[in-house]
Order: sequence, then C-alpha cells, then structure tokens
Amino acid sequence: MPKKDLANDESTLDRLTRLGKKLRNQLEDSEEDNLTIDTQVRSKSNVEFDEEEGRLSLGDSYSTRKFLNISHARKFMQTTLVANKTKELVKQGRTASIREVYYQLKHSVPGLDENTFEDQDESNNVVVDIETATGAIREDLHLFAEPKGRLFGPITINDSGDSIDCMAMGTSGLAIPSIVDHYEFEEHSADFIMVVETSAMVNRLVEEDFHEEHNAILIGTGGQPARGARRLINIMHNRLDLPVYVFTDGDPWGYYIYSVLKSGSMSLAFQSDRLATPSAKLIGMTMEDIEAYDLHHVTEDLKGKPKGSGGPTKDFKRIHDVMDYEWMQKDEWQNQLQKMLDMGVRVEQQALASQSLQFVANEYLPQKIEQDQFLD
Amino acid sequence: MPDGIEDEPVQEESDHREISVAEFFEKNKHLLGFENPQKSIITVVKEAVDNSLDACEEEEILPEVQVLIDDKGDEKARVEIRDNAVGLSKENIPKVFGKLLYGSKFHKLQQSRGQQGIGISASAMYAQLTTGEPVTVYSKQEGEPCHKFVVRIDTEKNEPEIMEDEVIDPESDEFPGDKDYYFDHGTTIEMDIEAKYTRGHHSVRNYLKHTAIMNPYARVVLREPDGNKIEYPRVSKELPDRPKEIKPHPHGVQLGVMLRMIDNSDARTISSFLQNEFTRVGRTSADKICEEADIESGRRPNTLSKDESEQLLDAAQEVDLQSPPTDCLSPLGEDLMLKGLKKELNPEYSTAVTRKPTVYQGNPFQVEVGLAWGGDIEDEGSFEELRYANKVPLLYKKSACVTTKAIENVSWNRYNISQTGNRPQGPLYISIHIASVWVPFTSEGKEAVANYDPIRKEMKLALQEAGRKLGKYLKRKERKEIQEKKRRQLTSYAKEMGPAIAELADEGDPDEIENQIQKMVQNDYNPEQL
Repeated sequence: MPKKDLANDESTLDRLTRLGKKLRNQLEDSEEDNLTIDTQVRSKSNVEFDEEEGRLSLGDSYSTRKFLNISHARKFMQTTLVANKTKELVKQGRTASIREVYYQLKHSVPGLDENTFEDQDESNNVVVDIETATGAIREDLHLFAEPKGRLFGPITINDSGDSIDCMAMGTSGLAIPSIVDHYEFEEHSADFIMVVETSAMVNRLVEEDFHEEHNAILIGTGGQPARGARRLINIMHNRLDLPVYVFTDGDPWGYYIYSVLKSGSMSLAFQSDRLATPSAKLIGMTMEDIEAYDLHHVTEDLKGKPKGSGGPTKDFKRIHDVMDYEWMQKDEWQNQLQKMLDMGVRVEQQALASQSLQFVANEYLPQKIEQDQFLD
Repeated sequence: MPDGIEDEPVQEESDHREISVAEFFEKNKHLLGFENPQKSIITVVKEAVDNSLDACEEEEILPEVQVLIDDKGDEKARVEIRDNAVGLSKENIPKVFGKLLYGSKFHKLQQSRGQQGIGISASAMYAQLTTGEPVTVYSKQEGEPCHKFVVRIDTEKNEPEIMEDEVIDPESDEFPGDKDYYFDHGTTIEMDIEAKYTRGHHSVRNYLKHTAIMNPYARVVLREPDGNKIEYPRVSKELPDRPKEIKPHPHGVQLGVMLRMIDNSDARTISSFLQNEFTRVGRTSADKICEEADIESGRRPNTLSKDESEQLLDAAQEVDLQSPPTDCLSPLGEDLMLKGLKKELNPEYSTAVTRKPTVYQGNPFQVEVGLAWGGDIEDEGSFEELRYANKVPLLYKKSACVTTKAIENVSWNRYNISQTGNRPQGPLYISIHIASVWVPFTSEGKEAVANYDPIRKEMKLALQEAGRKLGKYLKRKERKEIQEKKRRQLTSYAKEMGPAIAELADEGDPDEIENQIQKMVQNDYNPEQL
C-alpha cells in the first residue's frame, strides 16, 4: 500500500511541534515553575447547541493540565509520549491503531512499580487530550480505530487506489474504517442514504434487495455509530448531495443515536462540523407507527421505574435525560418522548416483522419515503 | 461491707470454726481471684507484687521485684516473690497475714494498690488449702540479720501461726541473697500452690508486662517454669509523689462504711464524729447535717440506730459541701507514662495526657491516658488496651469496663485512625489509668471499673486530647509520604519526558530538558505541604 500523505500533514506537524516548543519555553523561562498544557473542557458544561448550524459545539472553557499536580502528572507524561509518537507517524507516512501506539509506548517506568500505560483506555484518553490541545484531530494524527459499521449500495468508492463496488459486497458489506477522509467516490446511482441502527435490520434489507430496488446506500452502525461511520455519512451527504434518513428503534437509545448523527456528540463536540449531518431525518420507528401499523401486541414495556414511583431509572431515566438535552427541545421530539412515557412502551425495528419479513422493505419504508413522513 | 465479702460464718461458734474459714474461702474464692488454677497463679503473683511495690513506694525505695516460678508437677507450682522493701519484723508478720478476716483501716483513705485489703493472706490460705504447705517468708531489715519464718494460718483460731523463726547465716544455702542477686533489705515469700502456668493475654507474663509499663521506675524480673528469664528494666530513678491520706467525704461513703466508722469512733458527739472522721465537714456543716436529719447533734454516736445512721447519711447528701481535696492522688505523670510505654513497646510514636484531678460522688479521682503507635507494635487489626486502677493492671472483664466504653465514645477516624464499629484499628496501644482513693469497681472481683458518667467523661477527654496529638503526627507522616511518593514518581516521569519533549519541539538537548524538569520537581518538593 502506498504511504499515506494526508492533506493536513504539514499543519499537523506544525501543531505538534508548537506543543513541544511551548513546553520547552516553559522550562527555559525562569519565571515558570510548572509545565502546563491547556485542553478544552469536553464535558456537558462546556457543550453548546448552535441552533443556526444545528449542531453541538464546544464552548471556550479550557482546563490546564499541570505536571506538578500529582493527579495530572502521569497523564502529562503520557501526553508527551503519545504526541511524540504521532509526530513520528506523520513524518513516516504511516498510520497506526491506537492499540499499536499503546504497545509501542508501553514499558515499565524505571524506578517505579508502574508502566507508562497500564491499559488502552489510558492512551485513548490521552489522544483526545492531544486533539483538543493541538487542534489536530485523530485522523490527522494518523491514528485509526477498529472498523465499525457496514455499507451496501449503488456506489463505487476508491480507497488508496483500489476501486470498490459496494453493490457487489454480498451479504457482508464494506467494513467502514475509522479513517475515510481519503475515500474518493467514483460513481453512484443513489437517491438517498439510509442509516440503520441494528445489524439484523441491515441484513433484512439487503436480503430483500432494498438498496438495489430503491437506490439506497445502506449504512449499518451496529448501535451507537463510530467516528468513521459518522464522518463517512457527513462527507457522502456533502459531496454527493444525498438526503440522509435514519432508521432506529423507537426508544430513547435509538433517538439518541439519531441525535448524535444529526447534531454531534458531547465528547466530540469540537468536531461536530466534520461528524454531524444536521439535515438528517428520522424515518422510524415513531410512536405513531404503533397505531398506524397495529404494533400494539409487539411493543415492549419500558424497563425501570417511572418518575414519582421510585424512579426514574433505566429506560425512564434515559427518556428524561434525552428530553432535557438542549438540542431535543423541538415539539415533535418532546411529543414522541412524552408519548413513550404515557404509553409506557418502546417499539423495536424488528417488530415490523410481525406483519411479514418483507413488510419493512416493501411497504413500511417505501410508504414513508413516498409520503415524506419524517421526523426532523 | 465495702468488699461485699460474706463474713458471717466467721462469727459462728468455736467447733465450726475450722470448717468456716475454709468455707469462707470456698464461698468467696471467685471474688478473691482463685476460681481456677490458671487465674490463681496470676492472683498470687499480683497480690505479692502489688504489696512489694506499695511497700517500696511508701519508703521511697526504687523497687526491685523478682518473680520465680518452678513447676512442681501435678498442676502444682512453687512461686517465689522477692522485693527490696524495708522487710518485715516478726511483729509485722501477723499484719500481713491476718488481713483476710480482720480488714484494714478502711476509714483512712489513701491511694494504694492493695485497695482490696485482702493482701497476701488469701494467697497463703489458697496455698494451704490446695497443697497443705505453709508459707515461707525470708525477711531482712537494714542492718539486721535475715529471718526465716514459716507461717501457716491456724484455721481454728483464724490467726497466723509462726512455725519457725530462725536467723539465716548469710553464708548458708538458704540465704536468699546467695542466689543470683542480693538485697540488703527486703522480703521473700515462697509458697506452693495449685497452678496452671500459661502464656497469652491472661498470664503472669502479661500481667508483669502491664505492670512494667505502668511502673517504669521498678525493675521486675520473671523466671518462668522452663527457666526462661525476662527482665523488665528500670528506666527512671524518679518515683511519683507519695499520695497523702485523706478522710472520707460524706458524699462518697456507703452505709456499711458509715456504720463501721461509728463503731470505731472515739468521738463523744455526733457533731464531732462528723467533723473528725470526715473531710470538708466543719462545725457549721455538721450542724446542718444533723438538722437536716432531725437528729440531736450532741448525742453520742454509738446511740444511733441503723435507721438513724442512714438518715444521717442521707441528710449529708442534701447539704452542700466543699469538694474533697485532691492532693491525695498520685498519678504517674505524663513523663513516666511515656517512659513506660516506650521501654516495653518501642513504638514509633507515643503520647500521654494526665488530666487534672476531679471528683465523682465525693471521691477524688484522676485519669491518665497513653497512646503508643507503630514501631515494634504489630498491626493485628484491633488495638490493644491497657487498663489500670491505681497502677495495677486489670486483665479481666474488659468489655464491662468504663475504659472500653470511653474508647468507644471517641471518634478515632477524626484522628486519622481507622475504625471498625466504634473500635480503633491499627498498631495501637491505648493505656488508661484511673487513680483514686476509692476506685468504683463493677463487682467485688475488682476487675472492671464502673461506667460512671464523670469518670467516662474524663477518660474520653483525655483520649481525645491524646488522639489529637497522635492524629497530628499521623497526618504529618501521611503528608510526608505523599510528597515523597510524588517526588519519586515525577523524577521517573521526567526521564521519560526529556527525550519526548526534545523531539516534539525539534530543539533542545534531551538530558538538559530532563535536568530542567528535575529541578522543577525538586523545587516543588515540600514535605510539610498538604
């Protein structure tokens, strides 16, 4: 495979070198009595919803990591090691998984009964720190994660010189890698992109040739979508100008998946412009579907305890959490969630199988698209 | 009766006497500490050692006490206790061995170990009843020859009988000074008893260790039946101040004592009886008490009926009286307390608190507390408790004792000491001493101190004061450890970071950068910092 020269390599090297110089300057400066790195705060308190853009963004509160603070020291040391390692990767034109970086850097610290890294979670956290401290994102740093998500549909993608016909992927589909920025879209005949929460539903739609008959690019996220899948949806939508429909379970978890695809997530709010697709719409399941498709007998009771009777816990708690998010305040979402609370039930995608296996591909989805029945 | 001892059988007529004395002992042996052979040997040693220490302190002699135990087989042992006190004259022998049934001068109150008033006589009786052997006493007074007395208690007459009294030649084998030490004056008591020598919490060894902690000015030597010799060294040549005798305070006597005082008094009127026999009762107070009791103050005391005596005592409780003087107390003092803990426990840290004297129910008392932490003390989970009444270790009935309640009343985790339930944990010894002319024991066995509010409160305050000091030490130690650990960590991290920063910055020498970071770490190190 050819070495990866990413478009941002030069600026990425520059950003990393600036971090190094900043630390060195602090050491040279006799007024400075500590080593510090400023990172953006990535908790809910610093997340803002930009109504105009329709996505989450990070506020401007920074937190300072201090080497001489005992609770920061270890992470500080790890940050310098990982930053240096990514600089090496960019220089060499190689990409590495975070796990490989973890193994490359893991060794015992001389004089101490500890390792530089004890588990991969530690290096994961450090990577996000470097992203917000330097402004270079993980992909720019030549780091990738495990592939997650699958794609089927009438589109040919060029990946590092190889042409991939996504219509000829059998029942397996294209495994979506964590870095997709280098993808080139050679040709397509798609009318829309449909993102599906469960893998089982993707299998159903593929078996029914839904993608072929309706010119759909099907993307299965396998639950909460990974960074690669989100980025791919974003660039496909922008470059190919295709509408994005999201098909999830009718429960708070499904609706939150939709909200992440549409507006971004809190922990990656600083990258919403790359990862979110604000024009995405929800095709189902909705609470109205229960009535419209006579699904009463295949709903599931909400788990946990409702508010006022020892709760809210489990499903009930999650409903209240999602209802409280600033970006879920639209009436139609509040209505959906309130209805869910009133009915005390959730409805899965697979519930549609109660009619017939092909029902979802032949009637449910086509009807919705035809009648333009979406939640926005 | 103050001791609750059943003495009725003794007053029976002559032909029952022999049985009665033995019966008396049998009936009361659980109160006297002789309920089983394991406890009996501790009691024999305890009574003798207490007597020896009291006798030495009375004459301001630095005590030397030897306890030698030989196994005689068949659950019998020969116990020999020697001291360097002034020694006994022939005339004093009955005093020492006659206390069992006659009682001491109970109305003179003085802080002493032998509060029981039973002394060695019960041990002698125990020896005689379990082995049939008399007691041998060697005694030498300064400048006098050494006497050997063989004494048995005549159960018929209820009196000690000196069977042999001979002067021992210092050159002879029998002379105690010829053994491995020599006292110019002192007493040696030897007796054969039924006994079971054990080790562990309830043992002679533990009793002597506790004694040594509380009496650091004494040198105590123990030779166990297997020949093993343990020395508890003297670490101070300073004796605590001698306690003064005081008379009882009307708020602190019980009816039985009052009746005996009336019997023994030479006073001609009730008023002068009250003034002469009690402390803090002057003419005015005496008259007030009589008035309150509605009893003519000029009557002779021996004309008082039992009911009238009780009336008089009740009346005295109603009259405001000055608290008793407290100079009758002789605490060990913080200094000696610390010396005792240090020499026997070798702790990493120790602290002691002696409270000011105070009064419960008309009885003056004073509380002292010592804490010893770490060092040679092993962490066996729960703490170890050392309980003392008038410098005498209390080994039994811990859970019934006010000391244990007081310890459980303290929030130890406030002082950086972990707690399970209410009990502190860790390598900790807690020593609590109550000094009083009248220690309120929970029962006649004198093994636990009663849970009286003023006493528990004093103990709690003392424990808190000492706990604060220990807590401060532990906190400082913890801070220091944290700071040292931090420095160690950061020093190692700097070695990793030097090369990383140099490469990342594309400039600078890795070693120089590491040195700059090391300097930062050194400047930051401050063991006193939180």
